[in-house]
Amino acid sequence: MTGAGASAVRVGLVYPELLGTYGDRGNAVVLVERCRRRGVAAELVVVPAGEALPAGLDVYVFGGGEDDPQEAAAAGLRQGRAALEQAVAHGAVVFAVCAGFQLCGTVYSTGDGRRVEGLGLLDATTEAGAPRCIGEVVSDTTDTLGVGLLTGFENHAGRTRLGRGTTPLGRVLVGAGNGVGGVDGAVRDRVVGTYLHGPVLPRNPALADRLLEWVIGPAARHAVADRWGAALHAERLREARLRGLRAWWRDRRLARG
Amino acid sequence: MAGAEVGPPPAPARTDLRTRCAVAAGRFAGWASRVTGRGAGTQVGGRIMLALAPGALGALAAGHRVVCVSATNGKTTTTRLLVEALRAGGHDAVWNTTGANMASGLAAALARPHTARLAVLEVDERWLARVLDPLRPALVVWGNLSRDQLDRFGEVHAIARTWRALAEAHPDLRVVANASDPHVAWAAEPAEVTWVDLGAAWRDDAATCPRCGSLLRWSEAGFACPGCRFATPPAVARLRGDELVVAGTPVRVPLRMGGAWNLRNAALALTAAHLHFGVDLAAAAAAVGTVEAVAGRFTTIPVGAGRTARVVLAKNPAGWTEVLHWLTTQPGPVVLAVNAHLADGRDTSWLWDVPYELLVGRDVAASGERALDVAVRLDYAGVDPLVERDPRRAAAVLAARTADQAVVTIVASYTQFTALTRSQW
Repeated sequence: MTGAGASAVRVGLVYPELLGTYGDRGNAVVLVERCRRRGVAAELVVVPAGEALPAGLDVYVFGGGEDDPQEAAAAGLRQGRAALEQAVAHGAVVFAVCAGFQLCGTVYSTGDGRRVEGLGLLDATTEAGAPRCIGEVVSDTTDTLGVGLLTGFENHAGRTRLGRGTTPLGRVLVGAGNGVGGVDGAVRDRVVGTYLHGPVLPRNPALADRLLEWVIGPAARHAVADRWGAALHAERLREARLRGLRAWWRDRRLARG
Repeated sequence: MAGAEVGPPPAPARTDLRTRCAVAAGRFAGWASRVTGRGAGTQVGGRIMLALAPGALGALAAGHRVVCVSATNGKTTTTRLLVEALRAGGHDAVWNTTGANMASGLAAALARPHTARLAVLEVDERWLARVLDPLRPALVVWGNLSRDQLDRFGEVHAIARTWRALAEAHPDLRVVANASDPHVAWAAEPAEVTWVDLGAAWRDDAATCPRCGSLLRWSEAGFACPGCRFATPPAVARLRGDELVVAGTPVRVPLRMGGAWNLRNAALALTAAHLHFGVDLAAAAAAVGTVEAVAGRFTTIPVGAGRTARVVLAKNPAGWTEVLHWLTTQPGPVVLAVNAHLADGRDTSWLWDVPYELLVGRDVAASGERALDVAVRLDYAGVDPLVERDPRRAAAVLAARTADQAVVTIVASYTQFTALTRSQW
């Protein structure tokens, strides 16, 4: 701990050199800042690749990564699995995006077909598929986390199947998400996975605050200085809907021949 | 063997009838495109040439000694600096002046009337594999590889793999390569390489060994892999600050253009000109020092109300990071103009890979079609920006509220940059 006080919220950015291809650091920055702007002490704890995963963090943020770095991260994380499981059992939040989400599942396949064991925090398995899913995504979390529509950008080849009884994070309205069953991501207690980057938390302040609520309680519902976040959220939803509408129109014409 | 001079130019070749007809048609189309104001005419002209005569690129390149320059960042500038350095040694070269760097642009550049027997061509890093055989370059210059438009082009390692396949297929290929970039070092390894140690710059895409996937270790001496022993290769040329030492000869690189990245571009150009074309190092350095702006980079544009702004291109996180570090030495307001068209990359998540915290305390505007993405990023960085989608208007507003006459800098993504500077090329 680096002097932020014993009660400071500790947000861990896990292996950013390996799992940080899509600006995923932003998710951790947003969580820390939204605490601080509410007067709650918080610190960003970078866990560099090659180091053991500490057990005492409040939030663990995993990002996306290319194939080789993802595999290097998987090897490191499997060694830290006990620490992570202990933290989760004590109520820590895990927020995992794209490759990080795949790593939290039980197993994933690489582009060249090898199977790599995941952390098993979520009952989800991932195969590589074609085509690659690239573009804006909108998903609806009303029935899951209750934070409304999420906007993000996806870029992955994963097809992620959820186990029976595993809740998806959202129903996909635009884009692919998990690529299976019209849903994106997965939620189990305080472990949340998604294919949405962008990064996703700066674009979706409501989701950031829901994760924080699990850590700091009702304080996360207090208003926070975020001058442009709501405008960005609305703008991205508008843009994606237009794109979705165009795709729907095209499909309709194709269906009619 | 590093630094063997490239042989004398081949005899001028006569192109076949089909190529000549295709070139005439392409030039006409390019001319028509220019006079009707549709564009620079290089793309459409080159495309027509290659459609009519698919072998035109090889036919046009025959009779030239060709140098190909490729990298994620710095292709256009390195090419121009190399042209100037070679001219200092009496080697006149034809080159792709507008930065059109795919097959059509290369064909158009070679089809322009010229007497030079030397061609210096910047080549898109993803196109290199397709044009290497027709161009048969005497020398290839490889700068750096980093993340760029991941939504469009895929991941860095995939490009490094295509480059390495080229080097493996052409083990006699002469390459001037950046020894400090693990992806470039791995890709060039099988070829005949002149290594240039440029010091470490952006390394966020080089956490793992390109050869074996282990975590790389970095030190003052460069990178080293604890797994397979792959490490920064010993270099014949070395750049530190603005001092370049090539095979024991030191020279100061007197650039007019700012930015540490341009010193690295110049170091590659000077090493290539000196060791492969025998150009005197001091004369080459003096020549690159005369270049003021390359294809609109660092150009000054009017923004209204009698004020001007200079425009800097930044295409990807590595480029943005370099520009922001340079800006810490440049006082004055800053406009960040970001679009997310195909040519910019549709995904703006890279904004969070760039240390905008370096702008804290300065007068900054978020601009371009994705001004809100920029504004949110700046807000979390502790910068309170003006949000104005039109970068010229943003620059005018910031200029009007500066007390002194400090120059406004617009840092622009690709399509913003071309829109702002097109008339200045």
